[in-house]
Amino acid sequence: MNSAKAKNLLREMGPLIGLIVLFAVIAMLNDRFISPSNLSNLLRQVSINALISFGMTFVILTGGIDLSVGSILALSSALLASMITSGMNPEMAVVVAAVIGLCLGAVNGIIIAYGKVAPFIATLATMTVYRGATLVYTNGNPISGLTEDPIFTGLGQGDVAGIPVPAILMFIAFFILLFILNKTPLGRQTYAVGGNEKVSYIAGIKINRIKILSYAITGLLCALAGAVLTARLNSAQPTAGTGYELDAIAAVVLGGTSLSGGKGRISGTLIGALIIGTLNNGLNILNVSSFYQQVVKGIVILLAVLMDRKK
Amino acid sequence: MEIDMKGICKSFGTNQVLRGVNLHLHSGEVQALMGENGAGKSTLMNILTGIHKADAGTIEVDGKPTVFRNNKDAEDHGIAFIHQELNIWPNLSVLENLFPVKRPKTRFGFIDFKKMREIAEKKCQDIGIELPLDEIAGNCSVGQQQMVEITRSLLLDARVVIMDEPTAALTERETECLFEVMRRLKAQGVAIIYISHRMEEVFGNCDTITVMRDGQTISSKPVGETTMSQIVKDMVGREISEYYPIRTVTPGEEVFRVEHLTQPGVFQDVSFSVKKGEIFGVAGLMGAGRTEIMRALFGVDPHKEGKVYLHGKEINIKNPLDAIREGFGFITENRKTEGLILDFSILKNIALPSEKNFANYSCINAQKEYEFCQILADKLGVKTTDIYQEARNLSGGNQQKVVIAKWIGMHPSLLILDEPTRGIDVGAKKDIYDLMNELTAEGVSLIMVSSDLPEILGMSDRIMVIHEGQVAGILSRKEATQEKIITLATGGE
Repeated sequence: MNSAKAKNLLREMGPLIGLIVLFAVIAMLNDRFISPSNLSNLLRQVSINALISFGMTFVILTGGIDLSVGSILALSSALLASMITSGMNPEMAVVVAAVIGLCLGAVNGIIIAYGKVAPFIATLATMTVYRGATLVYTNGNPISGLTEDPIFTGLGQGDVAGIPVPAILMFIAFFILLFILNKTPLGRQTYAVGGNEKVSYIAGIKINRIKILSYAITGLLCALAGAVLTARLNSAQPTAGTGYELDAIAAVVLGGTSLSGGKGRISGTLIGALIIGTLNNGLNILNVSSFYQQVVKGIVILLAVLMDRKK
Repeated sequence: MEIDMKGICKSFGTNQVLRGVNLHLHSGEVQALMGENGAGKSTLMNILTGIHKADAGTIEVDGKPTVFRNNKDAEDHGIAFIHQELNIWPNLSVLENLFPVKRPKTRFGFIDFKKMREIAEKKCQDIGIELPLDEIAGNCSVGQQQMVEITRSLLLDARVVIMDEPTAALTERETECLFEVMRRLKAQGVAIIYISHRMEEVFGNCDTITVMRDGQTISSKPVGETTMSQIVKDMVGREISEYYPIRTVTPGEEVFRVEHLTQPGVFQDVSFSVKKGEIFGVAGLMGAGRTEIMRALFGVDPHKEGKVYLHGKEINIKNPLDAIREGFGFITENRKTEGLILDFSILKNIALPSEKNFANYSCINAQKEYEFCQILADKLGVKTTDIYQEARNLSGGNQQKVVIAKWIGMHPSLLILDEPTRGIDVGAKKDIYDLMNELTAEGVSLIMVSSDLPEILGMSDRIMVIHEGQVAGILSRKEATQEKIITLATGGE
């Protein structure tokens, strides 16, 4: 193996090594961290951010950004809850909510692709609109006590063979998206658009379609994350998902994806989400105050990015 | 001022770029520095101007051994380097650009714009140019921006000016103007190192020609004692029997016709046709609208009026995808920003427009894709260890070959090549010419836009000359001469 390849491999493995080190350090400081119940809990916590981050990866790969993810989660979650309370079959309601999420995301994409609005501005605006719509719709009150349906509540609270259902969902989504990004023309074109939009356009790639699709996929994943959260709490909070966009962007960046687009891997994002989840969970177990937790989280993100630069 | 570089060596990592280069330059001399891309010209100049440090060898300035610590140090000693990518602050005025650091001050410590203007005007007069001092530099033409840089270096009392491919982006007139300025500087005793790939310019305007190859000085002779073919031989180190291949293809029936293509303010009433297996050259000055016409034909830019026919049937191209479906390919003028995705591997770049050809059930067949791209890369002679290398790391010539491979892979019936050999070395140029010949033999029609007159004359079956957005004339291969093309291109009779 030549040195360039070794360097590349190290670069690719960087986030994973970081995760393992972090894991080992926290486990050494407190062995409660690696107890099966805590690990299962950790996965459950990570899955929501991971689902959103997967979508964010698509968007960032095209050279965009989506700030509205938390608001899409809240709005689709509120609609899901009200569909259930008005008597709709809960499983059916989840499907409808997912479609709603897809549409909300597509709206982002259409504004960005056809309106030629900078993604940051467009999604900043829709973030506010979607959040406002959620508050209007719920009147600011949570919608609780939805259903006793075991399949629905299992979506958030259940386990299969000891693995939490949300984590299973996360892994399924991961493998599907991994396949799309690496093995299909759609994935290749997603990278191409972020790598150089002009070149892609001249090569006959439908730029607008790729962009709209990437935001729509993100919307769908946000709605799924929203369904998981709703099922876990058996209630929808109008303020749910506030600030989730930052955790999602952090996970993508920690995973080594370039914010300027065209470069990155979804496997990195999964590891990035696990790092953030591990930090949150681990610092709790180590009894670090939540104020310090934020400081630590920020520093870790900064260190990771700086180390990526150095290589 | 006299400069003597002796035995300069330089390595980057394990890659030895310079292996004992000698260079001698005296006051009032215009010295051309020629060589294929990667011969070490830029590295040598970077060492002379203190950007890099030599591993071995000496630099003597007026007989005194000197080592410049950095670029600024070299500038203080009167050596200025005008890079290909110009150093201009596009949002500042020309006047402010002329005085980036040391601006004259009034008694109260404010900037003395009146004094600045006086100094600038005097300097412009000295070298015989006019600069729009109040214009925002970004709005100036490339030629003017270059003059701004030259003037700036002279304001710093430069005695040696190094110019890296200064005419690559200039119009014919601006080029003439540049040479006029060079002659004046020469008369004032300024020494000039002139890096260029253009033989005619070098022979017409330089005193000495130094050729580098593989990090060594191959020859350094006065212009009178050498010939173009000798220089080419020195550069490539092998005999190029025929710089341009002999065209043996006889163009067939008409396949492509454009009628009255118009985009107000850009080009008007452009009509022409291209035959099967023909190389249709498009000449004209920079900014005449040649590139814009090609972009409109390919659907990258809009056009308001006009009809386009393929095989006698009218076609309507609204975007590049339409064009690709009609069997067009478009090798754009600027490979780095419009031709390649630099972060993508060679393979991914070549596969980009053809992906659906190896996607079964919307899943890319990696084996098929690899074979497809490998065959194309081999056909074009892309020099690389494997096709998983990033396009970013390739030399200009190899990058261009990748762009061409990408479009050849689509099996186009009409291929538009906009400045296909700009800024690439002689060897790669030759490969591309041969390939163009081969393609036409297979019945592909080529439209080649080029600012390189010998290239246009050497390769085209017919030549269309564009002047200010209009067709000034279409010449057959037989009747075309450099003089005729230039006359048409400049709007002469």
